[in-house]
Amino acid sequence: RAIPLQEMPSQDPLVRRNNMEEVALGYTESQVKLEAMRCLQCKNAPCISGCPVSINIPGFIAAAAEGDFEKSIGIIKESSSLPAICGRVCPQETQCMATCTVGKAEKDVMRSVQIGRIERYVADWERENDKIQVPEVAPSTGKRVAIVGSGPSGLSAAFDLRKEGHDVTVYEAFHKNGGVTVYGIPEFRLPKKIVEIEIDTLVKMGVKIVTNFLVGKTRKLTDLLEKDGFDAVYIAAGAGLPKFMGIEGENLVGVFSANEYLTRSNLMKAYDTANSRTPIYHAKKVAIFGGGNVAMDAARTAKRIGAEEVHVVYRRTEAEMPARVEEVHHAKEEGIIFDFLTNPVKILGDENGRVKGIECLKYELGEPDDSGRRRPVPIEGSNFIIDLDACIPSLGNNANPILSNSTPDLEVNKWGNIVVDENNKTSIDRIYAGGDIVLGAATVILAMGQGRHAAESINKLLKA
Amino acid sequence: MNKIIRKIQLSDDVFQMEIEAPLIAEERKAGQFIILIVSEEFGERIPLTIAGADEEKGTITIIFQAVGDSTKELGKKSEGDYIDSLLGPLGKATHIVKYDKPVVCVGGGIGVAPLRPIVEAFKKAGNEVISIIGARNKDLLILEDEIRAYSDEVIICTDDGSYGRKDLVTAPLKEICESRDPAEVVAIGPPVMMKFCALTTKPYKVKTTVSLNTIMIDGTGMCGGCRVTVGDETKFVCVDGPEFDGHLVDFDNMINRLNTYKHQEEEHNCRIGLDSKGGEK
Ligand SMILES: Cc1cc2nc3c(=O)[nH]c(=O)nc-3n(C[C@H](O)[C@H](O)[C@H](O)COP(=O)(O)OP(=O)(O)OC[C@H]3O[C@@H](n4cnc5c(N)ncnc54)[C@H](O)[C@@H]3O)c2cc1C
Ligand SMILES: Cc1cc2nc3c(=O)[nH]c(=O)nc-3n(C[C@H](O)[C@H](O)[C@H](O)COP(=O)(O)OP(=O)(O)OC[C@H]3O[C@@H](n4cnc5c(N)ncnc54)[C@H](O)[C@@H]3O)c2cc1C
Ligand code: SF4
Ligand code: SF4
Ligand code: FES
Repeated sequence: RAIPLQEMPSQDPLVRRNNMEEVALGYTESQVKLEAMRCLQCKNAPCISGCPVSINIPGFIAAAAEGDFEKSIGIIKESSSLPAICGRVCPQETQCMATCTVGKAEKDVMRSVQIGRIERYVADWERENDKIQVPEVAPSTGKRVAIVGSGPSGLSAAFDLRKEGHDVTVYEAFHKNGGVTVYGIPEFRLPKKIVEIEIDTLVKMGVKIVTNFLVGKTRKLTDLLEKDGFDAVYIAAGAGLPKFMGIEGENLVGVFSANEYLTRSNLMKAYDTANSRTPIYHAKKVAIFGGGNVAMDAARTAKRIGAEEVHVVYRRTEAEMPARVEEVHHAKEEGIIFDFLTNPVKILGDENGRVKGIECLKYELGEPDDSGRRRPVPIEGSNFIIDLDACIPSLGNNANPILSNSTPDLEVNKWGNIVVDENNKTSIDRIYAGGDIVLGAATVILAMGQGRHAAESINKLLKA
Repeated sequence: MNKIIRKIQLSDDVFQMEIEAPLIAEERKAGQFIILIVSEEFGERIPLTIAGADEEKGTITIIFQAVGDSTKELGKKSEGDYIDSLLGPLGKATHIVKYDKPVVCVGGGIGVAPLRPIVEAFKKAGNEVISIIGARNKDLLILEDEIRAYSDEVIICTDDGSYGRKDLVTAPLKEICESRDPAEVVAIGPPVMMKFCALTTKPYKVKTTVSLNTIMIDGTGMCGGCRVTVGDETKFVCVDGPEFDGHLVDFDNMINRLNTYKHQEEEHNCRIGLDSKGGEK
């Protein structure tokens, strides 16, 4: 008989909404083997084409089924340097699981082989058993590469370039490394310790990391090449410019971008009110605007900070939500209220300029638009008010203009994203770019994939 | 890690520190600021203006008032100690122009510190500079000599009349607008002071620049916490500012936003008190 799908053990929703600890607890050894045995080892392995970095999925799963976790993680690391992160945060249902034969046969993508959960297990196994190997570094090439930004894209480029023997320095604006994985994605979804250990490995390989360094301000981008003697630069500065809706009342007290709210909580540890010096707004009733991962993270954080009622206000329906299915599921379990087909038109303030409510419009789904999604259309006269004391627009990010403003020759498109060619090279020689700053807000694994691709191009340039 | 080279106490709760930061000393211009964290583990990111720099020594100078947790903690640091992190220079530089008519620089309280490099820059560009500096009383007045060094004329105001004129800075400002037809006014100080300076100059249509001190986190345009309403637009003080046209800034909104956490910070303090006595949290 078929092996049953292995569910992920997780913290009780009533308990976890009062703590910041990780929600998903990870498979046990017997569970991971059972789940791995669900894989049919398809000859054509359609799952591989769903993974942006083409991990040899049947290969690592077969090794996990045999209990040879060392071999399994070895196979993953041929293609990905951050599996403990990707196994947790990849939108697997639209990537590797979307093309998996098992899911196709069962007519439900969520019933595909749980590829990410297996990946997470073997990556955690490696870390918890102190098996992380510091990769061998090739003899020095005498070439120097600067990397702007320590998010997933910058870190994976640093890893590959250092392995080739180049002298690599990562510059990070914040006081901590990791990009969105430390300031955006909450601890309860991705423990910061995991990111720290990945960075430790880089440092052990000899990568230099300089924090509190804003390229474009502390030093001009082109000065890195012209004054500081770098042979090439990789820009992985992320998106990092919060989108607002442009509605009335958005500057009232009690309106926070998800970036601000999450940075206070994650990076500055504001949830730890006894110790942290950084305050976070205490509200009883909070509305989040948006339907992506950012919105889910903000909603679930607000709950943990102590809000009694948290609404996610989204223009379309659950089916169109871009967030990972697991996050939506977890959010519902934690008591988050979803107001679908609803959109705020105005934020209302009291006499002290503080938020006291939002005025919303009801929507219905109309004809499909160009992207094939049914377009939400407002229902005229359906205005209604929700009383609340804080709102968090969580609409994702645009490209941050600091680098492009201070580097006139750097070509950007009309959204401010850096324009690159097929080798990830920008309009300036010896300067490459990738990740969210090129793709627009994307995913960890896509950002990583671009980091690896750019590293390959830079390596070719430097060895030519 | 940045080393504190020199520390001077300017008044009861105002300190001046010279800090090692060679790259910032090289790049910074008048009007720019830094963000620092005194101790990283649980510390807060606080913005402070670069009040001066010595490129050769590789140091910058900050002047700050110990008003809350983080600035008090910073005030307790001594020469030779380190600050965990320091990022800069941030924000846009002051737009320095050579005018035919006088430039008026108005500073109130701790605002005299960020004003000082601007006074210097205007003077060095060849302008006639009139400075008006104010404080609640004589003891709280800072940097008088430094301002005098680069001003053609200095007017001092105190709230209680213990030094200079017993007036708000807006009184001499109004007189100058009437009699001297200034080309530009730069006003830096508490938000209320900047608001009234802008109101004072408005009828005379004198260009008025203010430097806003909103709440900030990253200082790189990533969080939007520092946003203000300027005219019909939302601007981020850390990247679009800190200087804006004072006649367009919505000061009331800015003042409300500065008070976002006021209630909580007080609450937070008393809980800590309870904790140390072993009381419940
Ligand atoms: C709240 C939230 C939740 C998310 N959830 C998921 C998820 O579940 N799954 C998923 O796959 N993706 C998720 N994403 C998206 C994902 O995190 C990003 O696509 C990914 O982190 C992009 O990586 P990056 O390296 O390009 O940039 P970033 O991670 O943004 O890192 C860029 C780094 O560069 C630094 N920097 C910027 N400018 C400069 C400069 N001029 N000088 C020096 N340093 C600079 C920044 O401080 C930052 O640390 C989420 C994003 C957010 C905001
Ligand atoms: C661009 C910029 C430049 C600045 N330059 C200087 C400077 O050169 N010298 C200096 O002393 N200060 C300056 N400030 C203000 C300084 O950042 C704040 O005083 C500091 O962050 C307060 O931190 P705290 O933890 O000590 O006080 P908190 O405990 O956070 O606050 C104590 C009290 O100060 C108020 N407050 C909080 N933040 C600010 C703020 N940004 N401005 C005014 N009041 C505030 C609070 O409402 C509270 O009443 C500047 C601010 C900005 C944005
Ligand atoms: S990296 Fe992401 S997409 Fe690729 S196999 Fe792992 S979970 Fe799937
Ligand atoms: S498609 Fe699914 S079943 Fe087939 S090899 Fe990939 S993971 Fe296994
Ligand atoms: S401080 Fe975060 S955007 Fe200005």
